[in-house]
Amino acid sequence: MTRPVPEITAINRPYWDGLAEGALRFQRCDGCGHAWLPPRSHCPACLGAEIRWEVASGGGKIVSWVVYHRAYAPHLQDRIPYNVAIVALDEGPRLLTNITDSAIGEGFATGAPVVLTIEEDDGLHLPRFRLRG
Amino acid sequence: MTTLRGKTAITGVGHTAWGKHPDRDRLSLMTEAAAAAIADAGLEKDQIDAVLVKMANSAPSILWGQKVAEALGLQPTIGLSLDQGGAACTGLATYAALAIEAGMIENALILYADTPRTGSRAAMHRPRGDDSVMGWYSVAAGYAMLHRAYQETHRARPEDFGIIAVQARAHGAANPHAHLRLPLSMEAYLSGPLLIEPMRRDDCCLVSDGGAAIVLSATARAQDRARAVPVLGLGQAQESWEVHLRPDLLQTRAEASGQMAFAMAGVNRGDISFAQLYDCFTVTVLQTLEDYGLAPRGQAGAKARAEGIGVDGWLPLNTSGGLLSESGTPGLQLIIEAVRQLRGEAVLQLPAPRFGLVSNQGGTMHTHATMILGEPQ
Repeated sequence: MTRPVPEITAINRPYWDGLAEGALRFQRCDGCGHAWLPPRSHCPACLGAEIRWEVASGGGKIVSWVVYHRAYAPHLQDRIPYNVAIVALDEGPRLLTNITDSAIGEGFATGAPVVLTIEEDDGLHLPRFRLRG
Repeated sequence: MTTLRGKTAITGVGHTAWGKHPDRDRLSLMTEAAAAAIADAGLEKDQIDAVLVKMANSAPSILWGQKVAEALGLQPTIGLSLDQGGAACTGLATYAALAIEAGMIENALILYADTPRTGSRAAMHRPRGDDSVMGWYSVAAGYAMLHRAYQETHRARPEDFGIIAVQARAHGAANPHAHLRLPLSMEAYLSGPLLIEPMRRDDCCLVSDGGAAIVLSATARAQDRARAVPVLGLGQAQESWEVHLRPDLLQTRAEASGQMAFAMAGVNRGDISFAQLYDCFTVTVLQTLEDYGLAPRGQAGAKARAEGIGVDGWLPLNTSGGLLSESGTPGLQLIIEAVRQLRGEAVLQLPAPRFGLVSNQGGTMHTHATMILGEPQ
């Protein structure tokens, strides 16, 4: 099995195009100001359809993280151990990501500040983070 | 809120052997379990007028409820398959109780079977949407996120999680029906392999083939009132959002589900004789104990270690082994063990239990359902 690729749709295309251009974008509602990821056609807070894209500052904090010691797909066999973390952006939206400093999570802590680093992985630009020094 | 209290009762329970069924399919397992439950209720098959099935995770299927009714040779008034994850069986009992009380049906059969052990585990290992590009795979990973958040926030020790697994395995070892009858020491738990850190192998429930069924009837019309276990409280509340999008990982809507059930039952937390809590992973039990108001935040594991969760403990917990030792199937076995305890028919029988608490939950604590049962009247 080959590695997965995101399903690009009219709704999430600006997100993935943004990453290829070096920017992590999120959505904000013109009506109520709520900000979120992943991309949607309507604001999940007020259900408004007047929404805009903003570029994230790149700052955030670790909410939680795990370290995989088991490969759940063949392409992950060479990658274990690896981490997946929940990061809350300074602007509010949350996403699943990887922290690049340590595969096994050395030095990670909940609330630890992190900063965006967009990495190209097999032609796909992914929003990852590193610990802020 | 008190109108449903005691109006319906679980009149019959049945299940297959738990473990591996390489030569059986879901319909075969469900038919065996249904026949046992209907006989246990003292009913004839044709007195069943609702066939309510929890969707099989490893084989989502269109019109599944009707396939099951056909296998049982029934044309029920209400027939359906519900996807509410592991909360579905208690959810189905709730909708059945409402329909019985409304006079639409008389006897509901609630059932489930699946064969993930000998069949496909793909559903448990699945890529999680577009986030799979980050390596986000499996059901277990979401619980590992909760486990980490719990451990970090509450400064919990590994033993706080371990006690849940160790006690479940002790109960399972005593249960001749259990899929896994191998006791687990705390030392073995602590030295067990890491699966998705910080979760160890023994934090994770079994993967079991098997089928189970219960019959829910109007209490007043039960064939044998001495074995009809009244449903005193029912609750539900849904977390619904994916783990990473929740504002707080350590307080779930299990709290609201529990409050609804306790309010309906008119029972205090301290009156509960035992709990059968959905232990798909050890952190789920700690979180549920705290969300239900049975232990202070961050203290469930320490309290379990200090005061005991065995049959003579502070709160006898998962007395037939739960998902960690009896069967990894999603939830009916917990209801069945609660019924057996209140009838006085359990293997590890408690002395004169009065009120039993059951939690069902699904997804990564996305869905919650609570049931409080009483002693037969």
